[in-house]
Amino acid sequence: MDATLKPRGATDVEDVIKWAAGETQPLEIVGQGSKRALGRPVQAAHVLDLSDLAGVESYEPAELVLTVKAGTPIGEVEKLVDDNGQELSFEPMDYGPLFGEEPGRGTIGGVLAANLSGPRRIKAGAARDHVLGMEAVSGRGEIFRSGGKVVKNVTGYDLPRALCGSFGTLAVTTTVSLKVNPKPETSATFYLAGLDDQDGVQALCDAMGSSAEVSGAAHLPDWVDGGKSRTLLRLEGFKSSVDYRMKTLQERLAGFGKPQILEEQGSKEIWQKVRNVEPFAARDTPVWRISVAPTAGPQLVARLKTVFELDAFYDWSGGLVWLSCTDGEIHQAKIRTAVEAVGGGHATLVRADPSVRSDTAVFQPQPGPLAALSRRLKEQFDPKGILNPGRMVSGM
Amino acid sequence: MTAIAMPPPDQAVIARRKEILSALQAIVPGEGVIHDEREMRAYETDALTAYRQLPLIVVLPETVEQVSKVLKYCHEHDVKVVPRGAGTSLSGGALPLEDGVLLSMMKFNRVLDIDYANRAVVVQPGVTNLGITRAVEHEGFYYAPDPSSQIACSIGGNIAENSGGVHCLKYGLTTNNVLGLEMVLINGEVIRLGGKHLDSEGYDLLALMTGSEGLLGVVTEVTVRILQKPETARALLIGFPTSEDGGRCVADIIAAGIIPGGMEMMDKPAIHAAEDFVNAGYPRDVEALLIVELDGPEGEVDYLIGRVEEIARANKASHLRVSENEEERMTFWAGRKAAFPAVGRISPDYLCMDGTIPRRELPKVLARMRELGDKHGLGVANVFHAGDGNLHPLILYDANKPGELDAAEAFGADILRLCVEVGGVLTGEHGVGIEKRDLMTDMFSEADLKQQQRVKCAFDEKHLLNPGKVFPVLHRCAELGKMHVHKGQLPFPDIPRF
Repeated sequence: MDATLKPRGATDVEDVIKWAAGETQPLEIVGQGSKRALGRPVQAAHVLDLSDLAGVESYEPAELVLTVKAGTPIGEVEKLVDDNGQELSFEPMDYGPLFGEEPGRGTIGGVLAANLSGPRRIKAGAARDHVLGMEAVSGRGEIFRSGGKVVKNVTGYDLPRALCGSFGTLAVTTTVSLKVNPKPETSATFYLAGLDDQDGVQALCDAMGSSAEVSGAAHLPDWVDGGKSRTLLRLEGFKSSVDYRMKTLQERLAGFGKPQILEEQGSKEIWQKVRNVEPFAARDTPVWRISVAPTAGPQLVARLKTVFELDAFYDWSGGLVWLSCTDGEIHQAKIRTAVEAVGGGHATLVRADPSVRSDTAVFQPQPGPLAALSRRLKEQFDPKGILNPGRMVSGM
Repeated sequence: MTAIAMPPPDQAVIARRKEILSALQAIVPGEGVIHDEREMRAYETDALTAYRQLPLIVVLPETVEQVSKVLKYCHEHDVKVVPRGAGTSLSGGALPLEDGVLLSMMKFNRVLDIDYANRAVVVQPGVTNLGITRAVEHEGFYYAPDPSSQIACSIGGNIAENSGGVHCLKYGLTTNNVLGLEMVLINGEVIRLGGKHLDSEGYDLLALMTGSEGLLGVVTEVTVRILQKPETARALLIGFPTSEDGGRCVADIIAAGIIPGGMEMMDKPAIHAAEDFVNAGYPRDVEALLIVELDGPEGEVDYLIGRVEEIARANKASHLRVSENEEERMTFWAGRKAAFPAVGRISPDYLCMDGTIPRRELPKVLARMRELGDKHGLGVANVFHAGDGNLHPLILYDANKPGELDAAEAFGADILRLCVEVGGVLTGEHGVGIEKRDLMTDMFSEADLKQQQRVKCAFDEKHLLNPGKVFPVLHRCAELGKMHVHKGQLPFPDIPRF
């Protein structure tokens, strides 16, 4: 009796989960299913499909607050705020290209469940930094609300933020309130050509330490476009301000070579490419997403290059390394050892066959006491283990 | 004064005081354990001074190992623990318990690592908020969240309260500026969350810890991100004939795509009190006074000053000045920053409330607040963070007049309920503590609160860390663990399935 259930409201979700908890029937929670290939494959007979749980509940641009049902397509959310001169500042990345699917799919609930963010992470934060409140249903089949609809709130534990990045394993979110921000008037990208990884990331870190208010800092090595490497710095805001800060950057980075500038359209295109990991889109090799201190990025890659064949590029001022194992192996142990050796961080296997992901610690394994605490938290929210079992950690 | 009841003290624990004392002295030698009543007086209250309680014993550990051993001992022997930073909490978050150990973290006061290239600073929790900025400002950096107590409050306490300040609309709260923590659980286990990298893997326990008011664990090390100081800052002082005009001006500034570094508003009583106190040059013939500070690159700030001036005029500003130099900017702020002590001069006592509302409700809330004041027979002065709707009504009363404190507390509770009623929340930055604990049921349902307490059960099953704070009813974890589920066949004929 495998079923796909499509609830139309929070009470439907509550009914389904109550039943599933009573019968200990695991559920796979999906929106549009655009990130099913992310994390460990879920072992569940039934699917809880939230795509009918869609629509805007309230939107008040002057309050900078948007409340939507979790199954609302992310494209619709982005269009709505864009039409009002606003944006989701965390610029959620789109896994479509990397997974060989069409771009633009996914729901806002999925974006939060995976805590997605894009290049603007370094300035604006991740999805979790923009969530204000939510209504959700726990694995006990109880509806609860947490947070609120105002931008400044410290009432009670911050459950909405804690549910971000939990991949639907703690509770099923039904409605979310988000902080939105004014959209910058314009953007432009300053770039340096021909720097090696070390110098490129040093230039990025220098720029991030300036008053230029950089909102994107990426280094694309020469393999990306088959020419010279490009070290990219994005500036956004009012036109006069962008022009002014561009001069600040030119002075600050004069020692790294002669800069070039991509105006608005070119700038948008290159950052979309960085954001959606397009350099690896056409391949089918394993891909890792590795987060380390920014200056450790090039060290990590240099170290791993002596051990196996790879291609890598850098976002977040060097702190986010996208790495593809060109020999087809996943090299889990080598990568995690190297992350530790450069000062710690975390490595996530984001693209690999389901059979490989089933047998791998896809997310960074945690030390004993931390893993035990996470397990206790899971048990409090979902004591029967029915929500996306195994998605993050085997057996949990 | 005990309108807010604390959990009844465990007399058995109090009877074991001697034994507990010697155990703690064995862990933290010398002057690290305080048990003399006179010396413990310094710890009997935080900045919510209406409430006082001597702790069982005060412990001031110096190492992570000592913290771990103290907590492990207390866990094994069922002794409650109240963590404390600098004691500047305004909601009673660090109020001691008669049967509990007060764990002061103020000896953890070192800056451990400054990493400019990665824009990260690692400090111990007892370092003050301003201390972090002081450590990096010579290189042009600063730590953004700026609670008004920043000269005294500790970063560990900032994490406990998820502190904010004037800068928060643009630069975020503590939760948006903390990268990592080392913390000790009540069972003595030491865990690390995050670090100099972004977005920890696994559950976002950093989010749960930030703002958890000392109920989940004890922070022993903090990694924060630092930012380059803005090139310049300029402020506008704008007066309005009505609060509606002021409120609309705030909304229009944001609608124009401008996020100021600070946007603060004061009502007439607050303006007069502040002006009498510091002579900041505030106009007296306005109902609302707005200070808008724009910070960033010089060219941008000059441009935006012009834009805000236009918006202010369009909203009937009756008074408008732009700071022409740093001295003038500081003068604009002097009145706002002195507003609390200024109000202290016009009233023997005041209660500072803290709630957030959707900005559009401001005129309604101010009008209703005046009505409530009449009902309770007390005055109120308002200063608030206009950019994010965080209100700080100062309720004026005289503690020496019988019944006035009770009236002030009842008035405060009515204001906070009003905040919730219009779509806001009970606290924007001061925390729930004991002060707003019994109002939690006005904002959350029983199911909401139970789910929050289940988080507590994952961290501290015995409820030993800071009990009596935040939650009005302490449910036992065993009771919270019960599930009431309907057994049966796949029962929902109405839900579409495929």
